Amino acid sequence: MSGDGPRVRDRRRRVRLRLTGRRSTPRPPAPATPGGIRVQVTGVRVERAGRPVLDQVDLSIRAGELHALVGPNGAGKSTLLAAVSGDLPLAAGTVEVDGRPLAEWSAVELAMRRAVLTQRSTLSFPFAVVEVVRMGRAPWAGRPEEAHDDAVVAETMRRCDVIRFAARPFPSLSGGEQARAALARVLAQQAGVLLLDEPTAALDLHHQELVMRIARDRADAGDAVVVVLHDLALAGAYADRITLLADGRVRAAGPPDTVLTAPLLSEVYRHDIEVVPHPDTRLPLVVPRRRGPARNTPRTEE
Amino acid sequence: MTATDIRPATGETAAGRDRRRRGRRGPVLLAGLTAGLLLVALIAAGRGQVAVSPAEVLGSVLHRLGLDLGARPAAPHGESALWLVRFPRVALAAVVGAALGCAGAVMQGVFGNPLAEPGVIGVSAGAAVGAALAIVTGITVLGGWTVPAAAFAGGLATTWLVYLLARSGGRTEVVTLVLTGVAVNAVAGAAIGLLMFVADESGVQAIAFWNLGSLAQANWSAVALATPCLAVGLLATLADARRLDLLALGERSARHLGVDVERLRVRMIVVTALLGAAAVAFTGIISFVGLVVPHLVRMVAGPGHRLLLPASALGGAIVVIVADLAARTLVDYQELPLGVLSAIVGGPAFFWLLRRTRDRAGGWA
Repeated sequence: MSGDGPRVRDRRRRVRLRLTGRRSTPRPPAPATPGGIRVQVTGVRVERAGRPVLDQVDLSIRAGELHALVGPNGAGKSTLLAAVSGDLPLAAGTVEVDGRPLAEWSAVELAMRRAVLTQRSTLSFPFAVVEVVRMGRAPWAGRPEEAHDDAVVAETMRRCDVIRFAARPFPSLSGGEQARAALARVLAQQAGVLLLDEPTAALDLHHQELVMRIARDRADAGDAVVVVLHDLALAGAYADRITLLADGRVRAAGPPDTVLTAPLLSEVYRHDIEVVPHPDTRLPLVVPRRRGPARNTPRTEE
Repeated sequence: MTATDIRPATGETAAGRDRRRRGRRGPVLLAGLTAGLLLVALIAAGRGQVAVSPAEVLGSVLHRLGLDLGARPAAPHGESALWLVRFPRVALAAVVGAALGCAGAVMQGVFGNPLAEPGVIGVSAGAAVGAALAIVTGITVLGGWTVPAAAFAGGLATTWLVYLLARSGGRTEVVTLVLTGVAVNAVAGAAIGLLMFVADESGVQAIAFWNLGSLAQANWSAVALATPCLAVGLLATLADARRLDLLALGERSARHLGVDVERLRVRMIVVTALLGAAAVAFTGIISFVGLVVPHLVRMVAGPGHRLLLPASALGGAIVVIVADLAARTLVDYQELPLGVLSAIVGGPAFFWLLRRTRDRAGGWA
């Protein structure tokens, strides 16, 4: 930000935006610089019914990075993702995408930059899976990128293993199939920032790995990817950075080996947790400490 | 950009195949509905106390267009019966039906609920209150446009109210919607009753006609007033068809895909009120057309709004022309109220949809 010129221009643009509802030409995203910050969250506070559910949260999401958000139930992971998506009013702090506050982008401009997978995907009418995936191309309608629509839709459906259901109505799929179809829609948007809220929640083991592999590939291709995860071993295996949330605040942030430590996790999750390296890959395995095999031991009642 | 990892797929893809299949189905459906509409219009225009065959109806139209083709009506007064009574009536039926069908489809899209409909949620009743108010007070500030404008204002206010009351978290649950409709219809019914109470003899008759719904007072000036409302409404909704599709994903996801949800909603509420007013101002309340027609179209053509909206308009036009034909020919020398007839057929259809929706959702959750 140098000088007043661009700021004043921006304000004029914003006023015009409010009056006419449409900006004549949406600004397409510039190519991301590897490692550059795509989303900057600073001192964010979100309140529900006057009670803070997020407070003093800072977060930098960089191009080429897979960033995992972890934490116990109610820690504020989904709330943080919703705040970054622009779905929630902020009580304090700022969220900037590509160097500008959310409010300075139009809906279409934001959609060209960031795609969001929400936890539950509902559909009011029985669109076919391929039609749902094609909805992801909406931000690019009437632009040169529209020419790639068919190829992008076909490729993302193949990646997410939903091509078999392409012609079936979305509501007729099982929970896990719907989740993958929704992910295919989000990928088809081809935004440089991907915000995925528990993309693995409804999936079997094979598809969990498939989805995390896709997220990893997108990060390697230069996208900034944020994934809310419950499975800490998945986070440890795939993420470049992990942010651990607890009670609406950032408890720890950094590379997996600095965040996934037994004492820290045990404290945050209020459960005795072990972190052991995998014998071959050395990737962290996070397991709750359990008593020995309980099945065949005779139950003693005292 | 991130297009690097996506290369154009070679060969036939399932997505491409599906798109082409749907792509063919659209024009076929629209062409079929248009042909059906013309056919139904020709038949409907010929039936009545002065019988004119469809060929003679066509001949009469062609002669008016300056083409010396086909036979002209042989019956005495056939020509005048067609051009003074039948044609305006059929044309108004088509315009009203198209407006209702389109309004229903839009409303279902905006509410994210296949049971939304101008009659069910009380928008038609609200528009009727506006129209009745204009009749009772005798205001004519806008000339021939006064009653339509009052109907529009009443419809707009009611849609807004229902919208505010029935939504929570971006979606409208079936129970909330239907119950809100019950409340709104009750209040509107009471308001109309009150207006009838204070109105004079002719006012009472005019309002009673609204409550029953009828095309008996159709004339060319009504057609001329209703048609622009339909045209504007239809064009406005078609411009937003793709955004209405995205709204099916829910408000949040639609916004993530670049839809300015608030503005879209305001536009569509104004449009439904406009379409509702176009229908209600001249014919009174004809319910369930906007509910049943889009539903049938969805079963044939899928839920995409670019096809759903024009097909629902055409389908609505056909349904109202046929319903009106039935209303004036079922009983000799008597005319059944159109609104009553549409409710007799539409009510059970609504029940059936309601049950189906509930079964699919596994209860009212």
